[in-house]
Amino acid sequence: MQTASDFRQRSEEALGNPQIRRNFRFAMDGLMAKRRAGLSDPREREQLRTQCAGIRVNALSKLPELLEQLEGNCTRNGIQVHWAESVDEANNIVLEIMRQHDATRMIKGKSMVSEEMELNHFLEDHDIECLESDLGEYIVQLAGETPSHIIAPAIHKNRHEIAELFRQKFPDIPFEEDPEKLARSAREILREKFYKADVGLSGVNFAVAETGTLCLVENEGNGRMCTTVPPVHIAVTGIEKVVEQLSDIPPLLNLLVRSATGQHISTYFNMISSPRKPGEKDGPQEVHLVLPDNERSRIYEDDELINTLRCIRCGACMNHCPVYGRIGGHAYGSTIPGPIGSVVEPQKIGLDTLGELPTASTLCGACGEVCPVRIPLPDLLNRLRYEGVRNNNDGKVKGQSEQRKGTEAWIWKSWSWLHVQPMLYRLAMRTATRLRSLMPRKLGPWTDVRRPPRIAARTLHELAREKGFDNA
Amino acid sequence: MERQRHYPEKPGRIYFFGTCLVDLLYPEASLAGMQLIQREGVDVIFPKDQTCCGQPAWNSGYRDEARAVALAQLKCFPLDYPVVVPSGSCAGMMRHHYPRLFKNTPQEQQVQALANRVYKLTEFLVHVLKITLKDLGTPAKVALHTSCSARREMGVAEEHEALLQQLGNVELVEQERKAECCGFGGTFAVKHPKISAEMVSEKAEHISNTSADTLVSGDCGCLMNISGRLNHQAEKIKGKHIASFLWERTNADSQ
Repeated sequence: MQTASDFRQRSEEALGNPQIRRNFRFAMDGLMAKRRAGLSDPREREQLRTQCAGIRVNALSKLPELLEQLEGNCTRNGIQVHWAESVDEANNIVLEIMRQHDATRMIKGKSMVSEEMELNHFLEDHDIECLESDLGEYIVQLAGETPSHIIAPAIHKNRHEIAELFRQKFPDIPFEEDPEKLARSAREILREKFYKADVGLSGVNFAVAETGTLCLVENEGNGRMCTTVPPVHIAVTGIEKVVEQLSDIPPLLNLLVRSATGQHISTYFNMISSPRKPGEKDGPQEVHLVLPDNERSRIYEDDELINTLRCIRCGACMNHCPVYGRIGGHAYGSTIPGPIGSVVEPQKIGLDTLGELPTASTLCGACGEVCPVRIPLPDLLNRLRYEGVRNNNDGKVKGQSEQRKGTEAWIWKSWSWLHVQPMLYRLAMRTATRLRSLMPRKLGPWTDVRRPPRIAARTLHELAREKGFDNA
Repeated sequence: MERQRHYPEKPGRIYFFGTCLVDLLYPEASLAGMQLIQREGVDVIFPKDQTCCGQPAWNSGYRDEARAVALAQLKCFPLDYPVVVPSGSCAGMMRHHYPRLFKNTPQEQQVQALANRVYKLTEFLVHVLKITLKDLGTPAKVALHTSCSARREMGVAEEHEALLQQLGNVELVEQERKAECCGFGGTFAVKHPKISAEMVSEKAEHISNTSADTLVSGDCGCLMNISGRLNHQAEKIKGKHIASFLWERTNADSQ
């Protein structure tokens, strides 16, 4: 597993790589423009955001009941439901299903939860071939990398780099740089694999408690292939993906797609409600739903951090984040990058390992402004900064206080001490203005690219007094 | 983020919160802000015991330290007058984050009452004072950076433009990626200096591409960051806080 303890080093490497910077800038500009065009009426947009936030808040407020209802309805529909406390447990459930069918080949649709589980590695260690069929995921898998974006996993690569990768991996296929031809090559390679796969695995965008339906949003048709062609379909998703009723789906789907890519509707939308029924010509014989918890229950316990679980994984927060746009997804060293990644991942993995991520934001608010379900991302980042340095162990966040460092804590204590004593503060500021000529010209990295700030000749307190403003 | 706020009638008196960054680096900005308000016939009180809103510690996770400093500010504003702040992020701190910082403390109600009467200077000038400005300055070409807190947390970006648009001799030019953060972010610039440097370098480049002669900012943090970058590159663009800019162009003695 990657760790983010060296976030700074990785982000600096990314900043130093002009190709990565150009690829992200180009891609993020495109996605932002598409969202703007796709949600151009601010009134409609804000109403939809409010409606969708309400749907998610409602679902989370009754999550335990909805999960029971989901299990009941899925089971009635013939979908086998498996609960997993941890990632390990979830992986073993998948493996066990594979073994029951003597299965050695899995074809996968896009699933960030399977990335969270590191399922590919786990299955490969058990001699199971695990092939990604989403084009971006396939590219990332060929390159031996991890996704750098949750909806566009290979966004860090441009078409030249992808063409080069294909040339290396498939020397028999004619070299192409045209994206459509590249996609066609991948399609031909993958088509064969769908027929040979014993098991298809997919993620789930929404699980409807009322009907026991699994909804899957996609653009390539590979999701439909994964969930209908192989004899067994395994869906994996986090327990937070449940919504109460079928009527919640149209607004959520609408806003998810428009926030993510600016499309009015995705090319495919699958609603999986059961395995193949007698007399039906296609569909899997078995459908399994694996629901890993992996710290979600812990996040659920906190009145504020619970909002993390509203996320519908559209990627808009990362598309609009000026930090993500410059360093890309791999720098975060977490399954999910960007603002939502910096909120959700430290809570799952622990602030001891990923505690730097909440600081990787200027708190500019661009993420919160576009979030389709109104997750207060800057507030949550701020909260996790607190959890990282808190001076007691009363909290519940994994790895709390582990980011607290002696010097930094001392600086803030001294800062506080000075700023609660107005007379002393005024004296300190006045002294600073009188000694301003002694101010160093170099102030660490700040002055590598900037002139140092200039201390004024006299403080505001002095000037205000002179003008008679301080006569309260 | 807020959009619809009910604004009161013009008051007789206000409190001015100058902010710590302004105190030491840009005192002329707050002075200009107070003079703009005073010129509209409103008494301005600058409580002398004010220091800092507490935001630096709050955004670094040091909540106890932030709360102690915030508590010291509460004592500065005992009466029911509006509190006007020349910075989007400090105003946002007092208006939106104080209630979170003091949740479940004895000061909870007092803090909420204070938060309700905190205004960013620009929104106060536009919506409460309904100020009319007469430009006395020479022609100027201005690029504006409002600050992310003013734009997204306080929701008052348009008010900055409205004020500048009242100035007849000012041409407001728009830089590319106008709404994008300049990369300051308080301690962000210290913790992640390389990312911050990239952000401010691009911001400065977009601004110099407009061939503006002045950069006006709504927050001194952004101003220090962007102007510091522009000056480092020997750009001739002057950096000014919006209050200084408005005051200098509309006050006969400044011409």
